Amino acid sequence: MATEAAGGSGFAIHPMDQFIVRPLFGDGPIQWYTVTNVTLWLALAVVCVVLVMVFGTSRRAIIPSRSQSVAEMIYGFVHNMVEEVTGHEGVKYFPYVMTVFLFILFANLLGLIPMSFTTTSSLAVTITLALLVFFGITILGLVRKGPAFLAMFWVTSAPLALRPILAVIEVISYFVRPVSHSIRLAGNLMAGHAVIKVFAGFASMAILSPIAVGAVTAIYGLELLVAVVQAYVFTILTCVYLKDAVGDAHH
Amino acid sequence: MATVVDDVADAAAGHAAPAGGMPQLDVTNWPNQIFWLLVALVAIYLVLTRVALPRIGAVLAERRSTITNDLLAAEELKQKALDAEKAYNAALAKAREDAAKIVAEAKASIQADLDAATAKADAEIAARSAESERRIAEIRDNALASVTEVAKDTTGALVAALGGQADQAAVETAVAERMKG
Repeated sequence: MATEAAGGSGFAIHPMDQFIVRPLFGDGPIQWYTVTNVTLWLALAVVCVVLVMVFGTSRRAIIPSRSQSVAEMIYGFVHNMVEEVTGHEGVKYFPYVMTVFLFILFANLLGLIPMSFTTTSSLAVTITLALLVFFGITILGLVRKGPAFLAMFWVTSAPLALRPILAVIEVISYFVRPVSHSIRLAGNLMAGHAVIKVFAGFASMAILSPIAVGAVTAIYGLELLVAVVQAYVFTILTCVYLKDAVGDAHH
Repeated sequence: MATVVDDVADAAAGHAAPAGGMPQLDVTNWPNQIFWLLVALVAIYLVLTRVALPRIGAVLAERRSTITNDLLAAEELKQKALDAEKAYNAALAKAREDAAKIVAEAKASIQADLDAATAKADAEIAARSAESERRIAEIRDNALASVTEVAKDTTGALVAALGGQADQAAVETAVAERMKG
């Protein structure tokens, strides 16, 4: 969290300290129910979602206020994405996609506040998110389509001789999905935040500080972009995977 | 990267939790993170499905219907405006026609009056000129009679002056003869 690059002890940059989970109250071991800094920032993400989506729209105006416009734009954006990628069948699962998008978006953005804990940089969080999507979609596909869901792995458009090989590749790629899905998000967030911290550490050196501060500013802007883009990427991949389970088109 | 790992290891020594390397890989606190993440996701999901999404969906649907209604109303009003314009044009054409008719009527009546007045004036002029002619003729007749009278008297007097005996009848005949000439 804190950049403890005090001048006296030379460079003591701890870029990974910001990712340490600590109990918020007291200093005991972390049980599954312990209120930690993760809990705090998850709760703040929930609060932000409520502020934007509930309090921002409380006036239900036909001509929207600014806050209502924001909520409506997010709604329209995600709704269109779900509808375009998965088709009409997928719209049923729009609330879940919206939950994922809003959570990741606000967790990413809150993580950009100095001294905050970026919940989406934690592998536990992103793997859970990815596995929820993975198992949810697998179960959904099997329930909705039955054994026909497995036809997804049997590429009928390929020559017959190639199909078994392609099936193996398809199965592997299917099971790799949650891995890439989760590590992409956590990796992006973690790398960016660590780099900011490293540059911030260099700022304690007088000669380098102008460059370091400029670099931190530039990377911060980049991270802002990454925060939004990664939320988008995670969500649209969720939609793409969802299409396998609910869409009619085989590929 | 190696230095970073060292730093982290140093940092880890100073702090309680991490087992080394990336703090994210310290699985001892994963149950905690996963538990609170699920709580957060359920909270967001409930808030969205119970409150936010129905509300925004309703607002958007209402706006769409309002816009549709307004467009229909605008179409209707446009049609009304077109009708009104048509009616206005018809009324204008009718008014022009009426005006032309009134002008024609007025012209005709004026012409009639004028004709009557002209005829009356002509008649009066004719009457007056007839009267004048009559009086002129009378005056001429009178003058002629006077001239005859004077001529007779003069002839008589001349005859008397010349020492003749004026025969009244002969004089009158002679004067009449001359007067004809």
